[in-house]
Amino acid sequence: MALNVTDLRVYYRTLRGEVKALDGVTFSVADGEIMGLAGESGSGKSTLAKSLIRLDGRMRHVGGTVELDGKTMPLADDTGMDRFRFREVSLIPQYSMSALNPTRKIGKMVGELLDSRGERLERAELERRLELVGLSKDVLDRYPIELSGGMKQRVVMVISTLLNPSLLIADEVTSALDVSSQKAVATTLLGFRDRGLVTSMMVVTHDISLVYQIADTIMVMYAGRLAEKAPAEVLVTAPRHPYTKQLISALPEVGVRYEDRRLTGIPGNPPSLLKPPGGCRFRDRCPLAFDQCAEQPPFAEVAPGHFVACWKAE
Amino acid sequence: MSEVLPQPQPQPPTARREALHFALRNRKLVVGTVIVAVFLVAGLAGPLLFDHGPNDYVGPPMAPPSGEFWFGTTTFGQDVFAQFVYGLRSTFLVGVLGGVLAAIVGMVVGFVAGYRGGWVDELLNMLTNIVLVLPALVVLLIINAYLGVRSIGVQALFIGLTSWPWAARAIRAQTFSLRSRDFVDLARLSGVRTPKIILREIAPNMSSYLFLTFILLFGSAILIAASLDFIGLGPTEGVSLGLMLNNAARWSALQLGLWWWFIPPGAGITAIVGALYVMNVGLDEVFNPKLREM
Amino acid sequence: MLKLDSVSKVYRVGAFGGRELKAVSDVSFEVGEGEVVSLIGESGSGKSTLGRMILRLASISGGRITLDGRDITSIKDRKEYYRQVQGVFQDPFSCYNPVFRADRVFAMIKEQYFPQAGADEWRKRVEGALESVRLDPGNVLGKYPHQLSGGQLQRMLIARAVLLDIRLLVADEIISMLDASTRIDVLNLLADLRARGLGILFVTHDLSLGNYVSDRTVVLRHGKIVEMGRTDLVFGNPAHPYTRSLLASVPRLHAKWTDAVPEDVPCAFHEAPQESRTRPGLAEVEGDHFVACAGCGASKIKENA
Repeated sequence: MALNVTDLRVYYRTLRGEVKALDGVTFSVADGEIMGLAGESGSGKSTLAKSLIRLDGRMRHVGGTVELDGKTMPLADDTGMDRFRFREVSLIPQYSMSALNPTRKIGKMVGELLDSRGERLERAELERRLELVGLSKDVLDRYPIELSGGMKQRVVMVISTLLNPSLLIADEVTSALDVSSQKAVATTLLGFRDRGLVTSMMVVTHDISLVYQIADTIMVMYAGRLAEKAPAEVLVTAPRHPYTKQLISALPEVGVRYEDRRLTGIPGNPPSLLKPPGGCRFRDRCPLAFDQCAEQPPFAEVAPGHFVACWKAE
Repeated sequence: MSEVLPQPQPQPPTARREALHFALRNRKLVVGTVIVAVFLVAGLAGPLLFDHGPNDYVGPPMAPPSGEFWFGTTTFGQDVFAQFVYGLRSTFLVGVLGGVLAAIVGMVVGFVAGYRGGWVDELLNMLTNIVLVLPALVVLLIINAYLGVRSIGVQALFIGLTSWPWAARAIRAQTFSLRSRDFVDLARLSGVRTPKIILREIAPNMSSYLFLTFILLFGSAILIAASLDFIGLGPTEGVSLGLMLNNAARWSALQLGLWWWFIPPGAGITAIVGALYVMNVGLDEVFNPKLREM
Repeated sequence: MLKLDSVSKVYRVGAFGGRELKAVSDVSFEVGEGEVVSLIGESGSGKSTLGRMILRLASISGGRITLDGRDITSIKDRKEYYRQVQGVFQDPFSCYNPVFRADRVFAMIKEQYFPQAGADEWRKRVEGALESVRLDPGNVLGKYPHQLSGGQLQRMLIARAVLLDIRLLVADEIISMLDASTRIDVLNLLADLRARGLGILFVTHDLSLGNYVSDRTVVLRHGKIVEMGRTDLVFGNPAHPYTRSLLASVPRLHAKWTDAVPEDVPCAFHEAPQESRTRPGLAEVEGDHFVACAGCGASKIKENA
């Protein structure tokens, strides 16, 4: 198992109290697995991604453990995490367009970055990797401003996978892109795994239909907890959690027309995570809710590789 | 800028009342306001306590602070406390007049240039740059030499007309970035006219910024006035905190150990300008609903 | 109702405005009453510029936009125009002045258009408009923008437009920033408005959303129309290679990406008979389905011409 997360809790400190953005999640990602992590804004998916790299000043590791290839990651220890970052876990940030230092040529910047990690830059290897994502080696002698948004994104993708990390986290990397570039970026991610540059991958997105294209498994989060995890095909065709079901049926597809089939959204809003209600957090919006939902259902395996947190998901 | 806060129709508690609610609970704002108010009251009411003028020779020379002369006396036996309260009055006057004038000119130029853009912007920019590079002191010397008008009002007018350019530039830049926001477009789609959009959509969003601008203009007007007084270009009649410092320096108060002569005016200027700054930080928290709750 | 006739937009760029950048060139289409037209394009296609020109937020460099035959730039009283044509934008959060309560957008409408309306009467109208966009007035009135969700804010903006009894709504990417579970409700709302006789111009980069709600589709690329026509025809039988590649890139559920095979089909524009070129630059490939030349080489054009 590449990644094992057990009962992880990460809260945000605010003046009004603690926001329980990640409230007890347990899951694992296997070697070679691409896991899509889907959820709406406020579901905790970005908090989960960030926690595995760096907790920012407002985030607090409240409990739970994260193991990567058998080693426990010291989430709360910023310097201790340096051993893992970049080498074991790497992140492609959401706004990678602005992640590059504008005053350095790309090649120089990559060299400095590797230096700071005590690694040597192998020019030939770097050029080979650039080629993999469809960039020519000329970009190394250019400044970030000379590259287009899509090119910068690909440069960042190359940089973050340079040391063959065990786990690559892609945080909403496609959301700001046009449809055609989305496809290119997503297939590049797939290529990283297929060529063995990264062992496993977590693709964070709000777009289930996009992540379905490349992921082996999809995990759906709701209000700081896990709702469902299943092989991609199963999750899309036979979801068992009522939230996943409603979410998927709310997605218009090419070919579906308003006159033929009127889709509906999910009524209501997610609960506030300042003082979340006890029990299942989807309860208030759930058509199947009954008395037992006042108790939090376990994230149980209902079929091989298919986990659901719902009492009615037999 | 609280007067431009409109009152949302459907809810009885108005935005103004709500701002007041938060204002009274903000320590920074309250402390800053109290300090400024204390000095203001001292400047307004203090002179009424005296039956002599600030420059009358009423006591023994060089007396340290005592029950009779709270801040002591000068080398010539003038009452420093009387000079101080009279000085506060003229300092506030020159600060308010100069600051308000500069703020008005700066806002009009900044808002119009930033919102309109194009050739209007270029023209106003040129004007701003000309005033910016104008050597203010030289101009003042010339005005002084030829016109010989040396009242507080003229001093304030002069300060107001020369210190607005940086404010105009800052406001122009802010307006420029706010102009492209969607809510400005929405106001245009509602048929609201340009002056109203500037006043009711753009200005409230930079209200604390405008207040900071005003504070800095107010403070710098006080400082400019003090330095003009100090080099002898101040008003010939009356007294001001700057003139007090000028006299204290001229008659070697520091060397003679007459600390009660220069500390009150110096501390007064510092306290007023500092308190205005603290007020600004507090106001920012009051005006910004996001800062209130988080 | 609304008609665009060879509309162009030119920006001057570079030092001293020396270079010209054509953001929109010679775009013509119509939006009828009770009709939803989706304007589809990627970033830089000029779709938002077109929306802004229709809303008179950007000047028109060439061509004419007419409303019921009247050139919109000749309508001197902007209020008269905005009473009929309104817009909703992409980012609901930036449409609200963060300093004020969200319902101020309604107060602004009252002040500008209905100054005589009594407070009670007006409140009833606002509540009615909110209910028509499926919002609970008690939940949203009196709140600050940051206390409401994106979906609620966006619906309030639609309610604001509805207050004016408009005839045309320009909806510029109005759901791209919303969560999937509320997206479809806002989209359904547009369909409801259409049923009330409104014309809607739905600007989007998302083909599946455009397809879901619209009667007619206009596909833009680099400021030019590449294909337009009845939505089922454009999506069911895309004639332009760009439309085909866009469709192939859309991530779908239940079907993985299939690589669009670079097909060597003849240019549909030149295939169409000469007399079908009823619109400048476009040929009618079938009833109510127009396509532009796919940019084929000169030799091919000669062959077909």
